[in-house]
Amino acid sequence: MGIAESVVATIITASLPLLLAALGELVAERSGVLNLGVEGMMMMGAVAAFGIAFATGNGGLGVLAAVLAGMAMALLFAGVALGLAANQVAAGLALTLLGLGLAGPIGEGWVDRPGVKLPTLDVPVLSDLPFVGPLLFSQDPLFYLAVALTAGVAWFLFRTRPGLILRSVGDNPHSAYALGLPVLRIRLAAVLFGGACAGLAGAYLALVYTPIYNETMTGGRGWIALALVVFATWLPVRLAVGALLFGAASILQLHAQALGVGVPSQLLTAMPYLVTILVLVLISRNRVLLRSHTPASLGQPFVPER
Amino acid sequence: MPRSLVTVAAAIGVIITATVAGSQPVPPPLKVGFIYVGPANDGGWTQGHDQARQEMEAALGDRVETTYLESVPTGADADRQIERLVRAGNQLIFTTSFEFMDPTIRVAAQFPNVRFEHATGFKRADNVAIYNARFYEGRYVIGQIAARMSTTGVAGYIASFPIPEVVMGINAFLLGAQSVNPEFSLKVIWLYTWYDPGREADAAKALIDQGADILTQHTDSPAPLRIAEERGVHGFGQAHDMIAFAPNAQYTAIVDHWGSYYTERAQAMLDGTWSSTDIWYGLEEGMVQMAPFTNLPDDVVAMAEETIEAIKSGELHPFHGPIYRQDGTLAIPEGQVIPDADLLAMNWYVQGVDDRLPQ
Repeated sequence: MGIAESVVATIITASLPLLLAALGELVAERSGVLNLGVEGMMMMGAVAAFGIAFATGNGGLGVLAAVLAGMAMALLFAGVALGLAANQVAAGLALTLLGLGLAGPIGEGWVDRPGVKLPTLDVPVLSDLPFVGPLLFSQDPLFYLAVALTAGVAWFLFRTRPGLILRSVGDNPHSAYALGLPVLRIRLAAVLFGGACAGLAGAYLALVYTPIYNETMTGGRGWIALALVVFATWLPVRLAVGALLFGAASILQLHAQALGVGVPSQLLTAMPYLVTILVLVLISRNRVLLRSHTPASLGQPFVPER
Repeated sequence: MPRSLVTVAAAIGVIITATVAGSQPVPPPLKVGFIYVGPANDGGWTQGHDQARQEMEAALGDRVETTYLESVPTGADADRQIERLVRAGNQLIFTTSFEFMDPTIRVAAQFPNVRFEHATGFKRADNVAIYNARFYEGRYVIGQIAARMSTTGVAGYIASFPIPEVVMGINAFLLGAQSVNPEFSLKVIWLYTWYDPGREADAAKALIDQGADILTQHTDSPAPLRIAEERGVHGFGQAHDMIAFAPNAQYTAIVDHWGSYYTERAQAMLDGTWSSTDIWYGLEEGMVQMAPFTNLPDDVVAMAEETIEAIKSGELHPFHGPIYRQDGTLAIPEGQVIPDADLLAMNWYVQGVDDRLPQ
């Protein structure tokens, strides 16, 4: 791999956990549920992935465990935010605190031990292509899954009838309910999908990014994922672009520092955040774009009338 | 007459206490608290302190009782967390990161009867002692090893915050390297965090991509060494022996050893001889140690061991003149060594660092 491939590969690695987590949150928010517990679900995913892979030596089982752990956390959130129609912001924040808090005691025995790393899977023939080969066709399984999920979510939301139903539930749950749609069940499914994706993001951290266990390994990525969903105005492909942009800003600033470009490193370190804020400002100036994609009932609890 | 009742109760209390104390001469244990900047099991800096805490417990048995608060934020919240330890009855409190310096001094001023020990800072008070380790001695040694082992002549340094402690480490590493290869150069990336495995790994990759074949770090996770292992380059463990993460990549590690100091200080509390001191121990006193040398040829090991001995005996000071600043001006003339005070306030790079120091 030459330097260009290597830099792009690092950018992809930095973007992928953000993309995975944000994709799940995007679906949940499209159904009208704001789940601020992404960081906590991601952490539990990382815990489950590291622990199971560490115990069994099998990375695949680790990924599966992470998906289940993320969904279990999401179910907990759904019980409170959907079942009891509690405040979604409060329930989500509590979920994050819970996930981060549990991570310490659960993983105590794994610190100081190297974890399992997922193998890379080469796509025959294509992986030999110059430049794109090593970047796109010689990756870990979670990379292929993330690409498939992005395309799948975009197709599902905008090209299928269930996708239309999910969006209608997010825009106007009362009308959807009046039409006989099971609003809460649809929202539950979306929230569970969000949990599964956050779990995958955690698995990526624990099994690919840095196969080292630590209770702070998510490092605030769940919050960045939440910001990316808004950044992408709830559109999956734009989300992938946003994640790559954020990843690129955070990796290229490291290269700029190592090259000694003379820009203060404090400024370079803040760059990914500044870029994100700038894009958010530009997007929110375009009110049509924002209004046409924001789920109209985002964050509002829905109680079916009987 | 509640007041007299209280007096009577207090009198009875005193009598009972005196009787119990007379018949059973077991004083209550000394409560010792610790403030950690990272998780207790971070595999690096904080873990070193936590092991030292356990060593103290093992050495002093039930004469001490320890508590720690981990991942304490370094902002205004630190004051509250230190106060929490005070209110829980801790009589001796170790605050184990540079950023806790001002919070420690502030809280200590409010509680003159509680004793504090602050690591790596420079502000003292009657009830605040300070202690530090001369990590730069170890960094000089690994700098020499880096220069001997590197084929590209470039090392990458993953730095946390631009504080004197870190700047001093960067300079010591490069001075060591230049003592072997005067052309050796150093690329530095500042992360503004002590602990974030993902970003540390990203920085490691960026440095390797730009030609560094030796990595060293002043952040606390083993992530950079894992990357070194994957990419077939080499590096050094930070604060802790990280050989488990990089069996082929780690040459050695600078290991902090705080245990005997912590035991000594708690013993001083028990004996009533504690006073506010200022110590700065290094290889000689064993507060800084080197992990076993691995993946190195014998002659390089011999060189490293010779340097360690020379530093221990005082024959070699890593910061001996002539030392030139990055801009070419003379900082330390030939035949002199840098005064400790200058080291502790170091805010300039030596010649050869390929970076501009954040101010």
